[in-house]
Amino acid sequence: MTTDPDLSFLTRLWFAWLCSFRVLFDGRFAARVWTVRDAPALPPAPARAPSRGTDTTAALQLLSLLQREGRLVDFLQQDIASFADTDVGVAARVVHEGCRKAMRAHAEIEPVRAEAEGAKVSLEAGFDPDTVKLVGDVKGEPPYAGVLRHRGWRAKKLTLPSLVGGHDAHILTPAEVELG
Amino acid sequence: MTRFAVGIDLGTTHCALAVAPLEGEGAPEVMDVPQLVAEGQVEARPLLPSFLYFAHESEGVKALPWDAERRFVVGEHARARGVDAPARVIASAKSWLSHPTVDRRAGILPLGAPEDVEKISPVETSWRYLEHLSEAFDERYGGGEAALAKQEVVVTVPASFDASARELTVEAALAAGIEKLTLLEEPQAALYAWVLAMGDAWRKEVHPGDVVLVIDVGGGTTDFSAIHAVDKDGSLELVRVAVGDHILLGGDNMDLALAHLVRQKLEGEGKAVDRWQQASLVHTCRTAKERLLSDAKLEAMPVVLASRGSALLGGTLRSELTREEVTRILVDGFFPVVPADARPTSRARGGLTQLGLPYASDPAITRHLASFLARQAGAIRVAAQQRAPKLLHPTAVLFNGGVMKADPLRGRLVETLDAWLRGDGAPPVRVLGGADLDLAVARGACAYALVRRGKGLRIRGGTARAYYVGIESAVPAVPGVEPPVSAMCVAPFGMEEGTEASLPQELGVVVGEPVRFRFFGSSVRRDDGAGTLLEDWKGDGLEELPPIEVTLPAEGRREGDVVPVRLRSHATEVGTLQLEAEPLHPLKADERWRVELSVRGGE
Repeated sequence: MTTDPDLSFLTRLWFAWLCSFRVLFDGRFAARVWTVRDAPALPPAPARAPSRGTDTTAALQLLSLLQREGRLVDFLQQDIASFADTDVGVAARVVHEGCRKAMRAHAEIEPVRAEAEGAKVSLEAGFDPDTVKLVGDVKGEPPYAGVLRHRGWRAKKLTLPSLVGGHDAHILTPAEVELG
Repeated sequence: MTRFAVGIDLGTTHCALAVAPLEGEGAPEVMDVPQLVAEGQVEARPLLPSFLYFAHESEGVKALPWDAERRFVVGEHARARGVDAPARVIASAKSWLSHPTVDRRAGILPLGAPEDVEKISPVETSWRYLEHLSEAFDERYGGGEAALAKQEVVVTVPASFDASARELTVEAALAAGIEKLTLLEEPQAALYAWVLAMGDAWRKEVHPGDVVLVIDVGGGTTDFSAIHAVDKDGSLELVRVAVGDHILLGGDNMDLALAHLVRQKLEGEGKAVDRWQQASLVHTCRTAKERLLSDAKLEAMPVVLASRGSALLGGTLRSELTREEVTRILVDGFFPVVPADARPTSRARGGLTQLGLPYASDPAITRHLASFLARQAGAIRVAAQQRAPKLLHPTAVLFNGGVMKADPLRGRLVETLDAWLRGDGAPPVRVLGGADLDLAVARGACAYALVRRGKGLRIRGGTARAYYVGIESAVPAVPGVEPPVSAMCVAPFGMEEGTEASLPQELGVVVGEPVRFRFFGSSVRRDDGAGTLLEDWKGDGLEELPPIEVTLPAEGRREGDVVPVRLRSHATEVGTLQLEAEPLHPLKADERWRVELSVRGGE
């Protein structure tokens, strides 16, 4: 989602002048302005609303994909406390193999930092705080010198199947009934 | 206006499509094909699994982005449903398309489908796969002038496909709306893809006198071809000189063999494997096999089988596949070290053979290869003073098909081949590397569409077989004794496209009723011209094919009359062989009738 950039002062001045006239002489316009008077920043209207889609559809699809390929939901839904580690290990192989295959087929994931973990790194002023989290004795001004503890992961690309035929994404995996 | 060159690999287990612009420098690129991958979920993938699923009415529609009303599924989801509801899924349609004793235009698939499924023919199944690719192409490129129907399309077939299987492939493509169509043999496509991948450097690798053996082991079939590089007036020419038999043996057999082993191990421990787990066992074994064959340091790979219900822990089975087992079963089982005179064993079939595919009964690919090289020893002419070789002597090998990605399997084939060559006084082979073995055929087919437009060197070779009709000898009738049948060559080996041949002898055909002739093919008899008569053809390199049939319409003639005709064969631009019957006394100019390469089965 992108937010609109702020308008320049000159543009706002011209716009305020224009609006004051339209609020006075155009009742419908005045009513519309009235409704947005207090509204928080309006989300941009989606170009085309998917039939049953909500903003959680993609997340549901991802769960469905990881369940289909790697039984992830089955694994997380089961209480594993009473099982021996060997049983958990066997099940983890199913989950790992399938989820790994699904992830590799649908996402391109790369480390945020190319250095090896444990390497000394320096952060110059203006580094992107979204990509690097400072931990430990956090104080002072950049440049910072520190040790890379986790390389971080960045999803370069994520593609999910598209939904067709009004499929309900909340069904992560259908129940199965065997006939005959 | 035609804008694109398109190559389609219509495979036994997967299809793929590659496309390149006809103008400009664009190289063939594989197009991702949108397909249902799960209920209600569409994804574009480079491979379209060759499976077709008939949804039950309770399942509702199986919508695609371009068709909200569809009731059947092609691709990944169809393959997955093959495990859940096997009776509603068609697999290996291409093997049925080349099945000599079934009617390939009749609705026979899926075998054993429930009554609500309207069965379709092998031809229609191929048509549905091509239709899916065509719709995906039009969705991607916008249709209209850019529709697949208007592009130069090359569809690949196994080199071992006979004239009627090629004809049926064309029929399927035409039904799918492909208008500008050419067929290409898969091993040739693999070589075009290799040339494409090498760029100009390929001319340093292949020299006049070289014989390139293409070994193509796909999911369901194994196909051999030999391509000879010759010097013609100072420039290099590639000629396909030999093709092998149709062998229904491939990577799927190998995965099944491994799955069988693991299943036995599990059952030995008292654990039962159900049908559903069996399918995922095959899949897991394939993954384990690929890892073990590509990483020489791994000694074993765990094989785990998830339980069927939602409880993952407790019900999950674990076993493993060791390097020793993979070597024993795959390398020694499918690629055993055998002498050059080894031949595939054929198993006597039981009296009550179930209707099914004629799978190869000997799984040893090396024995099939030895047989091919020995049969084709005469494919390359040697100077008269030299000793006739016992084997065809390849100088280079090009591998194709996903199975051949594994180094140990390639290594075993090359070692075995070199030993045979040494024994016959020939130098070892070189391996031509560099092409992507999964998508090479689609890319190579697309490259061939460009080559036909004059961009690059073309492999020649003409028809891969000579064809013969059976002629009954005129002998006094004896009850209970069939008159002897001789075979007369109607289409010589290696007919170049656009050429014709005709039989000097005349045949009598009854007006108004279908007349059948026995039909034979040979992939080794290179010297028979049209009209050559083989009286004792049995064991002479001829194999019997489904019969051919001609029906003379009664118009202008009296029904029941016998009309003398001459058979004429024509190697078409599309890559098929057409037979026509031409009356000796035509009633109008250019009167001739199409001879059907019969597909109705031998018995």
